Amino acid sequence: MDWRWVGLKALAHALALWPLAWLVRAVIDDGLGADPVAAITHFTGDWALRLLLLGLALTPLRRLLGQPWPLRFRRLVGLYAFFYACLHLATYLVLDLGGFWAQIFEDIAKRPYITVGFSAWLLLLPLALTSTRGWMRRLGRRWGQLHRAVYLAGALAVLHFLWLVKSDLREPAVYAAILVVLLGLRLWWRLRRPLPQGA
Amino acid sequence: MRRFDYPAPPSSEITPEPVYRARRQLLGLGLASPLLALAGCAGAEDAAPAPAAAAAATDSPDGFRTREVPTRWEDVTSYNNFYEFGTGKADPARNAHTLKPSPWAVVVGGEAELTGTFGLEDFLRPHPVQDRIYRLRCVEGWSMVVPWQGVPLGEVLKRFKPTSRAKYVAFTTLADPVQMPGIRFPALDWPYREGLRMDEAMNPLTLLATGLYGKPLPNQNGAPLRLVVPWKYGFKSIKSIVRIDFTEQMPATSWNLAQPSEYGFYSNVNPDVDHPRWSQRSERRIAGEGNRVFAERIATLPFNGYGAQVAAMYSGMDLRQWF
Repeated sequence: MDWRWVGLKALAHALALWPLAWLVRAVIDDGLGADPVAAITHFTGDWALRLLLLGLALTPLRRLLGQPWPLRFRRLVGLYAFFYACLHLATYLVLDLGGFWAQIFEDIAKRPYITVGFSAWLLLLPLALTSTRGWMRRLGRRWGQLHRAVYLAGALAVLHFLWLVKSDLREPAVYAAILVVLLGLRLWWRLRRPLPQGA
Repeated sequence: MRRFDYPAPPSSEITPEPVYRARRQLLGLGLASPLLALAGCAGAEDAAPAPAAAAAATDSPDGFRTREVPTRWEDVTSYNNFYEFGTGKADPARNAHTLKPSPWAVVVGGEAELTGTFGLEDFLRPHPVQDRIYRLRCVEGWSMVVPWQGVPLGEVLKRFKPTSRAKYVAFTTLADPVQMPGIRFPALDWPYREGLRMDEAMNPLTLLATGLYGKPLPNQNGAPLRLVVPWKYGFKSIKSIVRIDFTEQMPATSWNLAQPSEYGFYSNVNPDVDHPRWSQRSERRIAGEGNRVFAERIATLPFNGYGAQVAAMYSGMDLRQWF
């Protein structure tokens, strides 16, 4: 066992859990302002999207650096993205809609931004479940194909943000631009020559 | 711009008798048994859609003061939509210190006998300041209970002797890039504009607010002069008013210009007409002390609970069409 890697992984876990620790403390201190439920919803959504984009950045990073190490964090980052997405969904269902359960189905069916946001979470669910070594082995080549759904999940997540904003699109536009670059790099490389396996 | 010529007598002053009587009955119930009044409130969400003329059991019969738990000063003054100071909820409290609410002038124009530019003191002087405690329902699905001070808009407007051609009142917010840093970004088509039909403007509930919690209106809340129309979504309650025009045509309003399918001219609080992005059936109430992380959602009432005072103005109108 390489202890440097253990240390780095532990650091990565700590960094990924830092936002949650901050949030828990803010909830206890009542430090989230006038509308804490909205604040928790936005906070968990922001971190789900950031980690999703970070996960999508690791494969291009490997290629740009010519080093294999970024891929060793890909599953960890992806699972934390899903973890924050679950917190985000749970906040909406339990803290926000609590008591008005019938509104959930109406929201998912009638509000386009909730429809795409929920779809993004649904797409991430099988990816999280099949992220183990056992499932990688069992699915073989199809594992890679299945996990390409993360591109669509990323696009839906950005669309979710774009559609919920009332008029100032600057913040979601930043995430959209990052997504376009990350997916665009893949497309560019794919068009120039076939990708090596594992991308 | 679609045109809608609605006959505009001051119908606020001819409230139909049945509405008036129902209001008294509700008050009687509330006085007889405060518990019953509370029960009525809590059970509101289970009941069939409330008749448009039902008065909120928590309110004084004229609707001027609700007994609901008020929103803390810290929350009313730190969670604002005032895009001239930034589009984040905390931006106005951070940035609005650059606004100079004094001296302030209001231009009165359009279809009235008396028009011109008036210093704020002269504009308000004849009218004693009144206390109002109103619910404020934002179109985004949250609400507050706010103790305002101000003067009834209708009483102020009458002084300028609107002519028979005055069917609407248009309001304009200051749009000064020096005082308002948010103006640099075209979040909306500046200046911010709002409007009311004449009878809505004359309704006794409609307030020109100058104070909050007994203090001068903070800049982020629309100093020194803002509208408060408690039965409409919050964006109708235009802030930092510099211009009031009496018009014959329905005036253009900012959010309607930005997204006509989402924001109508009337924008009365209506749980039966959804906004495409938010259900309007319920709301998060921002009020009271303590941690609200686990606070319960509450049902949204037609006309934000002011049906007894305002529903008659819209009788015969299809409120799904005129949202």
